[in-house]
Order: sequence, then structure tokens, then C-alpha cells
Amino acid sequence: MSTAVAGTAVAGAGDLGRKLARANRAKQVTAFALLAPALLLMLLAFVWPIGALLTNAVHAPEFRDAVPKLAAWMEGWDGEALPDEAGFALVAEEFGRAFRDRSLPRASTRLNYERGGMRSLAMKTGRGAPRLAAPYRESLVALDPAWGDIATWRAIANASTWLTPRFVLQALDLQRVPGGGIQAVPPENRVYLDRLQVTFTISIVVTLVCAAIGYPMAYVMAMAGPNRGRLLFLLVLLPFWISLLVRTAAWVVLLQKEGIVNGALLALGIIDEPQQLIFNRFGVYVAMVHILLPFLVLPLYSVMKSIPRDHVRAAASLGATPASAFVTVYFPQTVPGLGAGCLLVFILSIGFYITPALVGGSRDQMLSSLIAENALGTANWGLASALALVLLCCVAVVYPVFGRYAGAKNLRLG
Amino acid sequence: MTEPLVSFRHVEKTYDGRVNVVQALNLDIARGEFLTLLGPSGSGKTTTLMMLAGFEAPTAGEIFLAGRSLASVPAHKRSMGMVFQNYALFPHMTVAENLAYPLRRRGMAKGAIAEALGRAVEMVKLGGLEARYPAQLSGGQQQRVAVARALIFQPDLVLMDEPLGALDKNLREQMQLELKHLHAQLGTTVVYVTHDQSEALTMSDRVAVFHEGMVQQLDTPDAMYERPANSFVANFIGENNALPGKVEGRDGDFCRVRLETGELVRATAVNTAADGRTLVSIRPERLRLWADDGAEAANRIAAKVVETIYFGDHIRLHAMAGAVPLMLKLPLGTAGFAPGQAIALACAPGHCRALDPAPDAVA
Repeated sequence: MSTAVAGTAVAGAGDLGRKLARANRAKQVTAFALLAPALLLMLLAFVWPIGALLTNAVHAPEFRDAVPKLAAWMEGWDGEALPDEAGFALVAEEFGRAFRDRSLPRASTRLNYERGGMRSLAMKTGRGAPRLAAPYRESLVALDPAWGDIATWRAIANASTWLTPRFVLQALDLQRVPGGGIQAVPPENRVYLDRLQVTFTISIVVTLVCAAIGYPMAYVMAMAGPNRGRLLFLLVLLPFWISLLVRTAAWVVLLQKEGIVNGALLALGIIDEPQQLIFNRFGVYVAMVHILLPFLVLPLYSVMKSIPRDHVRAAASLGATPASAFVTVYFPQTVPGLGAGCLLVFILSIGFYITPALVGGSRDQMLSSLIAENALGTANWGLASALALVLLCCVAVVYPVFGRYAGAKNLRLG
Repeated sequence: MTEPLVSFRHVEKTYDGRVNVVQALNLDIARGEFLTLLGPSGSGKTTTLMMLAGFEAPTAGEIFLAGRSLASVPAHKRSMGMVFQNYALFPHMTVAENLAYPLRRRGMAKGAIAEALGRAVEMVKLGGLEARYPAQLSGGQQQRVAVARALIFQPDLVLMDEPLGALDKNLREQMQLELKHLHAQLGTTVVYVTHDQSEALTMSDRVAVFHEGMVQQLDTPDAMYERPANSFVANFIGENNALPGKVEGRDGDFCRVRLETGELVRATAVNTAADGRTLVSIRPERLRLWADDGAEAANRIAAKVVETIYFGDHIRLHAMAGAVPLMLKLPLGTAGFAPGQAIALACAPGHCRALDPAPDAVA
């Protein structure tokens, strides 16, 4: 016993430091162990899939994997004139082999993105390869005159790389000019930028409308007594308990031509004939604002709740009229909450898919509907990923800008 | 008193329509005085202040400022500086912006604002902190900013709602003196709300003790302590010995009270019940040991020692007179007492005050 005491007493600072480190290490291990499931989930469900998806936007090795020898040879081609006999020979050999081992269909899909009609050319060539004989140039052109067109070879060259900018360019309505350079696609072929613009317009309008409706709502909630405040809080949260799909469908019932709203307006004599309230932009706005309003109200409410009532009283005692007290004292303190709420609504709006799909017209579809169409409909994962990348970049730009001007980082939760 | 600056006339306030938190309030506040509204929580003192500031409206009666009714004057037109319990500094403004706020609301020119700002900063010793935000200041500094902000536009009246409540004891005592000196220097009328009786006694010209929505006594601090008007005030302000008894007869300002122990004492008749029941109030320092020299002319009260406690500057003696606990302060060097020892205590009739037997006053 006495030895132990003496030991502790003479122990140097290093020993003590080690003990502290050991004690802290145990704490750190515990903390990490508690965090580990969440981190693992983040990694598996968030970082990895998004990373993989974004890789898809530029990584397209299907063609190269199917015809490796031809792809390697194409790297040496200058793109100025038709390749020599060696290139034609490789096409005959590689397409034939790829046809036999069934890797040609996928590769030809990739080719088809580069140039329309390439899929059928590739399949035709692969099928006909056993009957081809040297000189391959003549026999290939005989099989299909397209082999004599340099554009065919340029498409093969573009498809031969591991990485391709084509999907990202396409998502931005840009295209490569033969012989290098990038240009915008003709206006009549523009698809994606228009969708992006519609997406932004809808998101901005929804955010502004949410702010206009949500601010007074949060204010009343924050100012109400405990009982009324709880009731209002419940009313705001209530929509969260109902499926998004059901809520959206409910709007269809309400707003359709024979719906309640049109009926009421007709009965009141405000309109003479049923108005188109749904399957257009108006319907999208109504349904999206309804769904997203709580995301604006809740952060704003929590910030408003934390502003002492004395602040407005102090402003009044110092000579501020109620309006001036609101503008100079109350509102500036709610800006972080308003900013956070708007940011939340805006970012959620940008990615909205189901609601515009159900209550919008064809011109009100947002970018995410194109992502879904490409990913699930035409299985063009490259383009779907590139569109997702564009959306992600938009959010990445909006977030810091908002954060800077609205002070969202100052948001106090609770 | 010349014309009062503020007059409360029959002011009542109820929140729930059943209980008046302030009832039948008549109160005059003189120009230039430091008046403290003192009382336990829920006594109506803060409500009174809020009605004066214009944040609450009286349910009956009227408040006058310099002879003019305030009934239809909104808070922002009353021109009263107010210091709030948690200062209510605007967190998104710097010290300078906070101080300039009332001046800018009054449309004062930039140059004049800068000048007033300089004076205010100097007055409350905040030099060098103008560019800080409230969150970057200590509690005492925030307190000073709040006071300076309430004074900077030279209001006729400054209201303070427990402004020192959030400070620790040492700082609070220091700020009490600073506020008192500031008041003496500026001559502004101050209405101060607190539940801390020592704060009220230290700073005020007059103190109004609130209890159950009524002013129990309005007096100078010394009169409040020496001559409490009722048992509530006697108990609320300072320490008090309360001996229950019954009045047996009166002669002039005095009365004879038969204590429950059977002894007869002579006390100043202040406020006794109709049936004669009374509590005789004696301050601990007015109670002393009976001097057995035959010349003693005071009341004699028999008691038994419970314990003595050494306090450094005095000795505190706890004793029981029958079932009533007594406490008295003795000078150092007083001989030791054994617990249970019978002693006799003395108190001059002028310092024995026969007050109401209010049941809650004993608490």
C-alpha cells in the first residue's frame, strides 16, 4: 500500500501525461464507437453511391472494354483522314469477337450516344464479320457505306476513351465540334438548360412564396401563448404525418376542373367557367409550397422563439415605432432563421420530382424528372449522372452564397 | 413635494379577470427622486413598472406624467429610458450602434450622435469597447451599456427592472453605488424595481414596499427599517423578532401588550387588530440583555438561551421566549451562555412596535 502511494508521488510528468492520454483515448474510442454506425451509414448510403454516380457522369469504358485492341489503336489515329487498312482489319476482328462474346450490344449503345445510327451499324458489322475478308476496307464499305464516312470513325474514336466529357456537355446543351472545340447545340435542340431554368424558376418562386406565407405564420407561433402555440405547431407538423404522394394526390382532387376549389369559385360567381388550376405551373406551385412550408417555418420559429420579447420593448422604450422596432431590431435577428429556412426549401425544391410529375404539365417538369427518365427509362446512366452532377453543382454554388448573405451558419437550433 | 412627475391614480391591473395583480394604486413620484418598488415576486411591482413604461395598460385608473394622462400615449412616445432585467441589448448591433439607437430614432444629426456617444461612453467607463458586440462583453459591461443606452437620450424618467439581478454579489454592490452616483450626478428621476431589500435600502431616496398588489409602505429607507408600518414590512425588510400578544390598554402613542408568555410590555401602538391581537416587532439590535442595576426602565422579556453564534463583528444569540424564537446581536466579549440558561432581555418601548397579527407576516 505504502509503496503504491510512494510510486504515485514520485511519478514524473511523463507518467501523468501518459495516464491522461490513456484516459482520453478510452473516451475517444467510446465516442468513435458511438459515432461509427452513423459514419458507416453515411459512407454506404451517401458518400459511396453519390461518388459512384458522379463517376458515371464522365466514366464510360463499355466500348473500350468490349473492343480493347481497336480502342488502343484509335488513340494513334489523327482524325484527319480515314484510317489505313490496319484500322479496318481491327474493326472486322474486334467487332466479330465482341459479337460472339455478347459484349457488343452494350458497347454499341455507348457508340450510339456519340452518333445516331451507330448501334445498328455496329451490330450489322459484328454479325457480318465472319464473312469479311481482306482487304477489309473495301469489304467493310461494301457491307455498309457508313464505314467510308469519317464521322463514323470519329464516333469510334470518341467512344474509345475511358473518360468522356460527352454526358456533362450534353447536360449543359453543349456539343463537341468535329476537330476539337465546344459549341452550344442549336436552340431547337436545347433540352437540359431549359429544364434547369424551369427548375430554378419554380424553386425560386416556391421559396419566395414559402417565405411570404411562412414568416407571419412563424411569427404568430412564436408570439402565441404556450397552449395556442402548441396547437399551431401541431398544425404545421400535421402534413408531415401524411404521405407526400397522398398530399399531392389530394391537390389533384381539390384543384381539378370538377374539384372543390373550382366549384366554390363558380358558386361565389368569381369565375364563369372552371379554370385550369392543375397540371400546369400554378398547380405545381400550390402543391410544392404546401409540402415545403414546414421546412421554412420550423427553423424560423426556433430562431424567433429565442428572441427575447424585451428586445422589441426595449426598442419601443428607446423611441422606435412598432414598425421601426420590427425592421431594426426584430427582423435582423430572424434573418439567420429565414435564411436557413429558405435555403432548405430552395435545395429541396431543386430536387423535387414526384410533385411536378403528378400535378404539373409537360412544360413544368423539373430537371430531376429528366434524371429519372434517363436512369430508369432509357438506362442512360452517364447522362443521368451528368444531370445529377449539374444539380449538385447548383446546390454547391447556392449554399455558400446563401450562407454568406443570410448567415445560415449562425442558425441556433432549439 | 412640488408637482409630482408621475402620479398613479386608483390604478388597477388584472390579467385573468379574477385577481388584481395591482390594486388601488396611488403613488406619486417626485421629479429627481430615486424611487424603488420593492417586493417579493408576484407582488405587482414589475406590473406597475410595465404600466408606467406603456407595455401594459391599466384595467382601471390612470397614470399621469407631468400632469398629462398617459392612457393614450404609446410606449415609444413616452420617452422613458428603460433598463431590462437581461439588458435587452440588441445582439446584432455593436455597443456604439446600441447606444446610438435611441438618438437615431429621434433623427438626431450624425455629429450630435457622435458627441453624445462620446459622453455616454465616458460616463459609464466603456471607452475602447464601442466596436464590440454585446456577446463579447462581460455581464458588468453589458449592464453599463444598457444603463448608458437608457440615459443617452436624456429622458425625464428612467425605469429599471431588476437590472442587477444577473450579476454576482461583488459586482452587484459595486454597480449599486455606480448607479446611485450616476443618479446623483444627472438628477434624472429613477424608478427601480427589485426584490432585494438591501439593494433598495442602499440606493433609494424612497422605497415603496409591494405585497399582494398593494403598496404596504412608502417611506425613506431608514424610516422603512426603523418604523415598519405593518408586520409584512417588518419581516420583509431586515431581520425581525415578532412576539404575539394582546393589547390590554392604550395610553397616547403607546399601548400595553400582554404577551403569550404572560409578560406585560409597553409598545408603540402602530397597527393592531380590532380584537386587540398583535405582533410586537423588535429589531435584533434593539434587543439587549437586562442590566440588573435597578435603573432599567425598559420592557423585560424572559427567555432561554438556545445557542450563541460567533459572527466576527458581533455575537448572535438565539433564544426562546416561550414558544417564540428570538434573535439578538450582542457586542463581542459578552460572556458565554450555556444552552438552556434562563436570561432576561430588555427593549425600550419606543423600539417595540405593536403591529398587525397578519398570519403570512410570520413566515
